[in-house]
Amino acid sequence: MERAILSGNEAIARGAYEAGVKVASAYPGTPSTEILENMVQYPSIDASWAPNEKVALEVGIGASFGGGRALVAMKHVGVNVAADPLFTLSYTGVKGGLVLITADDPELHSSQNEQDNRNYAKFAKIPMFEPADSQEALTFTRIAFETSEQFDTPVFLRTTTRISHSKSVVTLQNPVTDLPEPGLEKNPAKFVMLPSNARKRHPLVEERLAHLEEWACHQSFNRVEKAGGAIGVITSGVSYQYAREVLPDADILKLGMVYPLPKQMIRDFAANYDTLYVIEELDPFIEEQVRAMGIEVKGKDLFSICGELTPGRVAQSLTGEAESPYFSHSESLPGRPPSMCPGCPHRSVFHSLNRLQAFVTGDIGCYTLGFMEPLAAMDTCICMGASIGNATGLSKLLSSEQQRQVVAVIGDSTFLHTGINGLMDMVYNSASATVVILDNRITAMTGRQENPSSGYTLMGADSYRVDLEQLCRAVGVRHVQVVDPYQVAATRQVLKEEMERPEVSVVIARRACMLVKRDPVARKPAMTVDSERCNGCRACLKLGCPAIEWRTTAAGKGVAHINPLFCVGCGLCNQVCSVDAIGDIHE
Amino acid sequence: MSNEVTNILISGVGGQGILLASEILSEVLMLAGFDVKKNEIHGMSQRGGSVVSHIRYGKKVYSSIIPEGQADVLLGFELLETYRYLPLVRQGGSVLANNLQIFPPPVTLGKESYPADIPAKIATAFPDCMLVDGLQLAIEAGNQRTVNIVLLGALSNRISIDDSCWQQTLRKMVPAKYSEENLKAFSLGRNL
Repeated sequence: MERAILSGNEAIARGAYEAGVKVASAYPGTPSTEILENMVQYPSIDASWAPNEKVALEVGIGASFGGGRALVAMKHVGVNVAADPLFTLSYTGVKGGLVLITADDPELHSSQNEQDNRNYAKFAKIPMFEPADSQEALTFTRIAFETSEQFDTPVFLRTTTRISHSKSVVTLQNPVTDLPEPGLEKNPAKFVMLPSNARKRHPLVEERLAHLEEWACHQSFNRVEKAGGAIGVITSGVSYQYAREVLPDADILKLGMVYPLPKQMIRDFAANYDTLYVIEELDPFIEEQVRAMGIEVKGKDLFSICGELTPGRVAQSLTGEAESPYFSHSESLPGRPPSMCPGCPHRSVFHSLNRLQAFVTGDIGCYTLGFMEPLAAMDTCICMGASIGNATGLSKLLSSEQQRQVVAVIGDSTFLHTGINGLMDMVYNSASATVVILDNRITAMTGRQENPSSGYTLMGADSYRVDLEQLCRAVGVRHVQVVDPYQVAATRQVLKEEMERPEVSVVIARRACMLVKRDPVARKPAMTVDSERCNGCRACLKLGCPAIEWRTTAAGKGVAHINPLFCVGCGLCNQVCSVDAIGDIHE
Repeated sequence: MSNEVTNILISGVGGQGILLASEILSEVLMLAGFDVKKNEIHGMSQRGGSVVSHIRYGKKVYSSIIPEGQADVLLGFELLETYRYLPLVRQGGSVLANNLQIFPPPVTLGKESYPADIPAKIATAFPDCMLVDGLQLAIEAGNQRTVNIVLLGALSNRISIDDSCWQQTLRKMVPAKYSEENLKAFSLGRNL
């Protein structure tokens, strides 16, 4: 059989293909994004980007009710957005199998919180698988679809960043072939969830959980690995790998399904050990349920609730001692935080907002980096779409003078995700603030995915491009302006005027992301600094462009220098230089 | 000390081609018959941030993260990012560093300074170290974007994998029209 080295996300896409999935829908979000991106290679799957996670799940539900297998993927906070359909889907159950991938992000590598979505399994009464490597990601995806149909339930598959983005060796198999044909089936008692029907479904949900719990005690995805040790460990997911690494002599109950727990299996295992550990990242999810069974374990009294585990952290928690490395630094090192790319169209907007002393309610995307020095022009960031509602709330209690400082900043994709609702409210309830839509024609932060205003689908087909100006006007915004953020003075002038206006206005700063390969922006020759003219005022450094460096000349004078390897010639620095020291060498 | 699992760490700056280098290395190791795990963080790191990739191989690998202080080889694509990750390298480990400085934002803004004498500091702690002029060799190979492959070539001397595995994988994983310059870049690194 063919072997391949796949990431967890690639393995889930492969597993979906092998399971005969017909429809896949998602909104991009680290670390889940590559699941749908990898679906494109399997023509038997209709894979698409939805405008948000709630829509993605609703698309999946429709496909499931039509009898096809459906996969829906999102990052952990995306499940918050999709929670409304999810909890009722638990009552209806499915027709074709439905698997919801939740990709959690312990350690917040690229997220605004590190919520533990295993809690959603218990909350929504839905079984949850948790793979520990790419092979399990593939196999469990297949099993999850079978489980979904066998027990008439949606099924969660939970990864974490270290599973989604780690590569390991997997064995590929052929797709299943004997799935029933999709079609319409009227079954209102199951699919129409109004009180009289839903009341009858709830007991079925409780029965389903009891059956799943008993069934899970006899499935190979939950297994005991005996090393003949004196201590026992209950673990799952990536924590299993660290437990094996650090405790090679321990006996391990390795859970492939983390909800519902196989209680009898746990009782039988626990009876063998005086010392029993539960090793899990984030919340004491397994630990609390095991303790509720009357079994004493060591868990979060040793292992941190915050952050991810690593082999070293597990070892340190067990022994109480940190191992000191052979080499440690005797000096502090300059950090290397991410920054907006050279030529990023967002840069000048934040530069202007900083100068205009705006109070910026921010949102989720590359542009969240606008909070960093030296741009330092973002004052709040909560979740997708929050910027506009936050601005409305602020405007309701500020003086008219302070109201004018409030600017909501949101990306094109985030605006269509959940920002438009906030804009409707802002107009409807007569708030006063300025909304800037940073329209870079792509969902950039997660690696450049298409969205309803980019004009293309996930599969690469041309599509209708949402007209953002018309959309804003349609909800009642009377002042909609479009600016080119590469024109620094003009952009600042429009922002200034709209901030002064005591009603809702929208400024669309439109220019494609520098990294979009589809419509490549012509790279211009690198800018150069005339170090004779440069007076060292550092105005260009305030742009926070990675290409602009501070250097000291042989004569001891501090001047700006532009690194030609990074500069794309966008010309912002040229526009902010007051002594005309920056130019294009070819001019 | 390392057990039968070998641990390779690759560090650098987002955009330097670390991902492709670590993908090629993992494929080579799988082709050579090992169990392989590779781990890195994408997302924010794409935006010019510090990037680190862990590659582990042996008969059976559990954790995809290299246990702290157990890297056998550190391949650094940039001097500060090589220096930054030295605490993850075991005593007696090998350090290969691309002789290149990319100033991070606190340095470009003139707020902090780039650490001085990094190569000497590395050599003091890790006698088995080598400085590679990656860019110069890549230009010699005919394409300045092959620095990552030059560095893989240099790394290939620290791990005993048959040359045919490297050749086969490189041909498979780099675009055909750049195949020859990448193979040349690899051999320039391997012959250092």
